Amino acid sequence: MRYDVRLTIDYSYDAVSDRARNVLRLLPSDIPGQQRVQQRMLKVTPRPGERYDRVDFFGNATSAVAWHQPIQAFSLHLTAQVERIAVAMPLDLSPPLAGLAADIANVHTLLPTAPHHFMAASPRVAPMAATTEYARGCLTPGMTALQAVEAVGRALHRDMTFDPEATTVDTPPAEAFRNRHGVCQDFAHVMIAALRGIGVPAGYVSGFLRTFPPPGQPRLEGADAMHAWVRAWVGQETGWIEFDPTNDQFAGIDYITVGYGRDYGDVAPVRGVLRSSGGQESRQAVDVIPLEAVPEVRR
Amino acid sequence: MSPGALKDTVPPDIFAEYRRLTGVADELFDENGQMRPVWRRFVDRFARLTSEEIAARFERADQYLRDAGVFYRQYSNDPLAERDWPLSHIPVILHEDEWAQICAGLSQRADLLERVMADLYGPGQLVADNHLPAELVARSPHWLRPMVGVTPRGGHYLHFLAFEIGRSPDGSWFVLGDRTQAPSGSGFALENRMATGRIFPERFPRAYIHKLAGFFETFRDSIEALAAPPWERPRTGGILTPGPSNDTYYEHTYIARYLGMMLLEGEDLLVENGEAMVRTIEGPKPLGVLWRRIDASFADPLEFDPNSQIGTPGLMEAVRAGNLSMANALGSGVLEMRAMMAFLPRISEVLTGQPLQLPNIATWWCGGAAERAYVSDNAETMLIGPADAVELPFDLGGSTPLGDEDSGGGAPSIAAWLEQHGDRLVGQEAVTLSTTPAWEDDGETPEGGGGRVVPRPMTVRVFAARTAEGWTFMQGGYARIGRSGDATALAMQRGGSVADVWVVSDRPVHRIARTRNAEGDFRRATPGILPARAADNLYWLGRYLERTEDAVRLIRAYHLRLAATDNRNDARLKTLRHYLKSYGFDLSQTIPEALIGRIIAARSCAGKVRDRFSTDGWSALNDLLKTASRMTGTAQPGDDCARAMSVLVRKIAGITGLVHENMYRFSGWNFLSFGRALERADAIASLLAVFTAEDAPQGALDIAVEVGDSIITHQRRYRVETNRDTVVDLLALDADNPRALLFLIRRLRQLAEDLPAAEAHGRPSELLRAILPLEAEIACARPADLTTERLWQLRADLAVISDGLSSSYLR
Repeated sequence: MRYDVRLTIDYSYDAVSDRARNVLRLLPSDIPGQQRVQQRMLKVTPRPGERYDRVDFFGNATSAVAWHQPIQAFSLHLTAQVERIAVAMPLDLSPPLAGLAADIANVHTLLPTAPHHFMAASPRVAPMAATTEYARGCLTPGMTALQAVEAVGRALHRDMTFDPEATTVDTPPAEAFRNRHGVCQDFAHVMIAALRGIGVPAGYVSGFLRTFPPPGQPRLEGADAMHAWVRAWVGQETGWIEFDPTNDQFAGIDYITVGYGRDYGDVAPVRGVLRSSGGQESRQAVDVIPLEAVPEVRR
Repeated sequence: MSPGALKDTVPPDIFAEYRRLTGVADELFDENGQMRPVWRRFVDRFARLTSEEIAARFERADQYLRDAGVFYRQYSNDPLAERDWPLSHIPVILHEDEWAQICAGLSQRADLLERVMADLYGPGQLVADNHLPAELVARSPHWLRPMVGVTPRGGHYLHFLAFEIGRSPDGSWFVLGDRTQAPSGSGFALENRMATGRIFPERFPRAYIHKLAGFFETFRDSIEALAAPPWERPRTGGILTPGPSNDTYYEHTYIARYLGMMLLEGEDLLVENGEAMVRTIEGPKPLGVLWRRIDASFADPLEFDPNSQIGTPGLMEAVRAGNLSMANALGSGVLEMRAMMAFLPRISEVLTGQPLQLPNIATWWCGGAAERAYVSDNAETMLIGPADAVELPFDLGGSTPLGDEDSGGGAPSIAAWLEQHGDRLVGQEAVTLSTTPAWEDDGETPEGGGGRVVPRPMTVRVFAARTAEGWTFMQGGYARIGRSGDATALAMQRGGSVADVWVVSDRPVHRIARTRNAEGDFRRATPGILPARAADNLYWLGRYLERTEDAVRLIRAYHLRLAATDNRNDARLKTLRHYLKSYGFDLSQTIPEALIGRIIAARSCAGKVRDRFSTDGWSALNDLLKTASRMTGTAQPGDDCARAMSVLVRKIAGITGLVHENMYRFSGWNFLSFGRALERADAIASLLAVFTAEDAPQGALDIAVEVGDSIITHQRRYRVETNRDTVVDLLALDADNPRALLFLIRRLRQLAEDLPAAEAHGRPSELLRAILPLEAEIACARPADLTTERLWQLRADLAVISDGLSSSYLR
């Protein structure tokens, strides 16, 4: 399935910001066997005084931009054409959950795909007693690691309420979990904490999700937002799988990946520092437009 | 060894009761109870001193440290909580041959650490070959992923290291910890040396002690070479500090002064096009190296901890671009991880084929089943703690149970704890340290009282710096002395003291004259780049000092009149109260709180530029604050308070005098003077506007003259009672009165002319263009021209000048 992806983010500051500098993670990249990027462009206005594009530790396309003159607002425009390749759900070859630790210990590398990066507390997600207990409650004896991931993800979808008003980008997962509500970022963080608590390496995926208009209604332009879901490592044989707790499904053909990280902090679309007093405001508009006939059945 | 045997070998006084502890090595006595020859010279001297002499000498050292303002901070949250430096007055003495052996072992270790570092941020072979567990590295918050694949400029990651070493019961040395992130203590070692010089000034022991200075000079040369290799554009270097709230900030200022290097904070820097630069009063200047005293995680909020308030956005970009060297490279903190010690011995064999010459404290990472079982079985002789902790074993304490937050269970047994969290834990052998002589006061009699020498456990910190020829070591160091006689490492926990370490030769040590650059044996440092933030702080220091003085004079005027009238409703008192109120001073308080606030503000500015501010000036400022604070409890309204204010006026004059007479006339001085002159001009304009206004009460003119410190001059000059014309003439139009507007504005103009870029293409700078018309106007004005309205307007003109200074030089 091929998609046109368009995203606009407008930032404005209350006061002029001198020498603003930001690190952007918005460009989707090729992922062998999963997605191909046919074309991508990130336009930044006003034009920054410098810009470096490179790939970060986790393999994400990263743009560092800086303005040498004071600015009060800036905009980011992403256009990309991405082909998402349908991948059949693999047979469950993952080890029983209890055997996962042995699989992890057999991986002797610090390459970005190694499970070790995704086990311990990361800056925004530390395992917590509450989520660990919750995850344990989702397990049944003899479950494979993959089944455990699915069980935790589906349970969270069942128990948490999607509520854009309830949390902000900085809400700690503990709070989102306590109140059982939040947006995709909170769902993902809570699930990551729960999985790490039961010994499953888990990380954060940022990207885009094709959304479907209500039956009989036209697609609204710019109505979408960036999305986030979870990836988990379920053994050497299977490796990484991706589950979306917000939508209760494995990430399939409707998902376009932008970045991988340990938590939101590693893949934040805009990371920046404000050198001015006062606050800032941002607005986001996203369109994910399928370029082929739409199969109407969702997984 | 019998106590009797001891008595024969030592003079029978203060060393008489000194006992070697059983099963513990001692620095003073060898295993046979014989005094080590290297101590003999010192002990002979010391034992000859009377207890009064000893007390006097110790006091000299303490006085030196107080005068120098040496302090450390135990808890960094309270900026005023500075502790006196806990000097243990008796040095630790080691022979140069033994020291050379230690340094050879540590040199091997330093090279090994460099190779481990290069591998962890490069090919990752140690992990691939299972010599280091991947999860251990991945878990460490000090292994910085943005550094992976980045080769440091100049090729080396590590440039300045410290090692904490101790002596085992068998007399051999071992390493307790590697300090690779931002080792502290080298500056304090220098201060310890200065202080012990006050205790033992005699040439006799001193001539045999190796000097510390050469080490620093060598390191500075290396740093300078790193800043600007000959094939690159010229760049400068600096010391990057987390700032005044850091526990070792004093040391940063001290080293900066000692080496003549710039002391920089994150906000002093900016990064443009991959080039790190320091913001100076002359614009951004490129930086080639930073001696980093800030933890790497805080260095760049865009790439590391996003909550860092003390970092520089983009700094990592400059490192990546290969334009900036770091001593040490960002990410070097990972080597300090305690669990690293479990693997270094084997890594040494693997990488170099050689065992470690100096073993480190035996360490077991509990992620392995065999190690876990061993630690569990020997738990009572172990310190068990977090594997990724970087604190030294004794700073962390013993079996600190990890926060059990995520296990969902209660407190487990040690075995269960290890089983559950083994991969996060290490066991470390509870080592025994050697003891060294320390002085213990008898306590009851502070003056010339008795005391004795007692054995106390110790560790030594050894400093190493990279040079083109390899590692060089400080010939001496810094010892930590435990509080009690317990020689386990636990006794070294916080609360001990520190001592100088003497590396002693059998022959007098002549300082080798260093071969400097061919130009000569004398090199004058460039007048110096003044960072904009330092200039800003000096400018505001000047302003706050003047603001304080102005307020003190006004408060004095108030209380003098209060004493004379004893009527709070007197019109002059009302006017003064109202006037001071507009500046935030509440005269219902005898010493208004806001006055203390002004002094604290001044002190805070000075505290941020201590590397550029004289020690005497700093002491005087502290003294002012102390005196004023004391007065708040005691001063009575009226004459008493007026007298108190006179004391403060004199103290402020003392500070001003110190600055004026002693501060080197570098551009920082210009900013301080500019701040004073501008603030004073503003105060005078405001004073004249209110106290020479038509509706001012009778006697207001006299207040103006008094606060303007011009009573005598007025009498001499005008020989009449004050009237508006004479007062305005004296306080505004007089070019010779240092408190007159004309004098002050002229001063501002002169200072502005001395600032960088005062003239470009024959045109005066923006700042000068703001000053010159004002100077001309006041110079030509007659008293009647300076109406109340014009005086108010003048304050706005001065604000424009202040803004002009800020926009041209201070950002």
